[in-house]
Amino acid sequence: VSGRVVVIGVGNPLRGDDGIGPAVVEALRGRVPDDTVLAVSDGEPARLLDLWRGADTVVVVDALLTSPARPGALHTLTPAEAAGRARGTPSTHGFGLGDCLALAEALGRLPQRLVVHAVEVADVELGTRLSEAVRSALPELTDRAAASVRQAYARDRGP
Amino acid sequence: MNDRGRRVLRLDSLGRVEGEAALHLRVRDRSVTETHLRIYEPPRFFEAFLIGRGHTEPPDITSRICGICPVAYQMSACQAIEKACGVTVDGPVSELRRLLYCGEWIESHALHIHLLHAPDFLGRADVVGLARDQRAAVERGLRIKQAGNAILEQLGGRPVHPVNVRVGGFYRVPAPAELRPLAERLRQAREDALETVRWVAAFDFPDAVCDHDLLALCDPGRYAVDSGTPAVMAARKQGRALREFPVSDFEEHVQEGQVPHSTARTATVDGRRFLTGPLARYAISGRWLHPVAAEAARNAGLGDPARGAVCDNPFRSIVVRAVEVVQAVEDALRIIDGYEPPPRPAVQVLPREAAGAGATEAPRGLLYHRYALAADGTLTEARIIPPTAQNQTAIEEDVRRAVQARLDRAGPDADEEELTLLCERAVRNHDPCISCAAHFLDLTMDRT
Repeated sequence: VSGRVVVIGVGNPLRGDDGIGPAVVEALRGRVPDDTVLAVSDGEPARLLDLWRGADTVVVVDALLTSPARPGALHTLTPAEAAGRARGTPSTHGFGLGDCLALAEALGRLPQRLVVHAVEVADVELGTRLSEAVRSALPELTDRAAASVRQAYARDRGP
Repeated sequence: MNDRGRRVLRLDSLGRVEGEAALHLRVRDRSVTETHLRIYEPPRFFEAFLIGRGHTEPPDITSRICGICPVAYQMSACQAIEKACGVTVDGPVSELRRLLYCGEWIESHALHIHLLHAPDFLGRADVVGLARDQRAAVERGLRIKQAGNAILEQLGGRPVHPVNVRVGGFYRVPAPAELRPLAERLRQAREDALETVRWVAAFDFPDAVCDHDLLALCDPGRYAVDSGTPAVMAARKQGRALREFPVSDFEEHVQEGQVPHSTARTATVDGRRFLTGPLARYAISGRWLHPVAAEAARNAGLGDPARGAVCDNPFRSIVVRAVEVVQAVEDALRIIDGYEPPPRPAVQVLPREAAGAGATEAPRGLLYHRYALAADGTLTEARIIPPTAQNQTAIEEDVRRAVQARLDRAGPDADEEELTLLCERAVRNHDPCISCAAHFLDLTMDRT
């Protein structure tokens, strides 16, 4: 029996490059086994925890803001690396993936396997367009996510 | 910190957006001379985005302004469009709307109380620290939130950005049997919500008084959520007098202004600083709380809402939110118990050349929309005034008072880390929309 595989694109398609996570999830349709769960999320932690409840493998795709930025540069992070991003916010609107991973760890709710594929982004102003650099990175980012899904299924089938 | 006596405190909350000052304080000679909170801008973008679109589109488009309160945007948008078109939505469809809205209140409040606000009172840096030694409380918060989420999923068609809402009502309404599992979850959520009221009521609250006018919808007979008339309760020093004005006059009373020579903005009602949100709702609608919620409020030390109790300590807003969760759960159960499906899921809303305004109570306060339509329904004007924009001036005043009180006690060498935390707490009391999905709170403090 194969374990549940969940892919989550985190981001807001109305904030420019922040829409890269949902864009990758769109691009994955038809490229991964039918029982793969494809989801998008704004990063709100309680919903993220719900999304991966019962999952064996979770693949998260997110935008990464860095300074100085190299827009388009790709990163593959462990949960610990992604959770290491700072936290603390006055608003229900400010939670992000890093907070969620740290919370999941504290609550013992991290899935067995979780990988974060991220791309450094250029522009998160309001607007629906991805920047050139991030758009160019979309195919490779999608490939990385698809490869993680393939690995999960291969692992479940066993040797 | 640099070496010219101008100290800069920076709080980079999530490492996602650099160099964005969200809160700026200027301190001179032991006095806070300026507080500037930079907040919520997305509505401006959406107003422009809406012009030229059809009159049925605002609920869907504006629900994307906010991932935390999409229902509020949908409901205010529907009301404004329906007003313009001369349509009234009532009966079971209106009740279902209120049920959906209760789901959003439960979700949003549970998130803010347990994951964001509670750590302030328990000496934890954040919810992760809280989860390590008060795991049951955090799990309870997540359970309550899930109950709200289940309402959104059932009625809204999905948990985020509900797709089942339309001008005039819904695309599809549930059969009573579909709502029954929700009732079971909500009965569990009621116990959890009451436990949360007891939990937060026992926190230590700093002494603080906010002396703002209070603005909330008033709908005599019920705790206003998706209905009612804007009402202003004057600040305590002004005698708490209550007055109302029609929502169609909202922009004459509530005005946003620009501070001269600055990018700062102010918001006033009839020229005075004001607050919208849980404290205002409790003051104006408290007497119509469900008996269970009212009793929880009394036991939590909020006074007797039946006799018009007012809570004016902004730090205690967490208790009011907890009471509002009980209220929303009870209200949701009442609606489900009495539910009979409407003959049609929506009222037909035909366009006409007119303008209409609508207001509902988003979790963090009154949310106002106004649209003008051409004869064929094309939108020619759109105006959205979210609660956080209205609260900006009041939040800045709360921050100023908190920091000033600290400086008065500790002198000019007050610890910066402590001041930063104090500022954050004063802001966090009001659960502001800082900016959806762009995550930051940078604090800069100029001291000369």
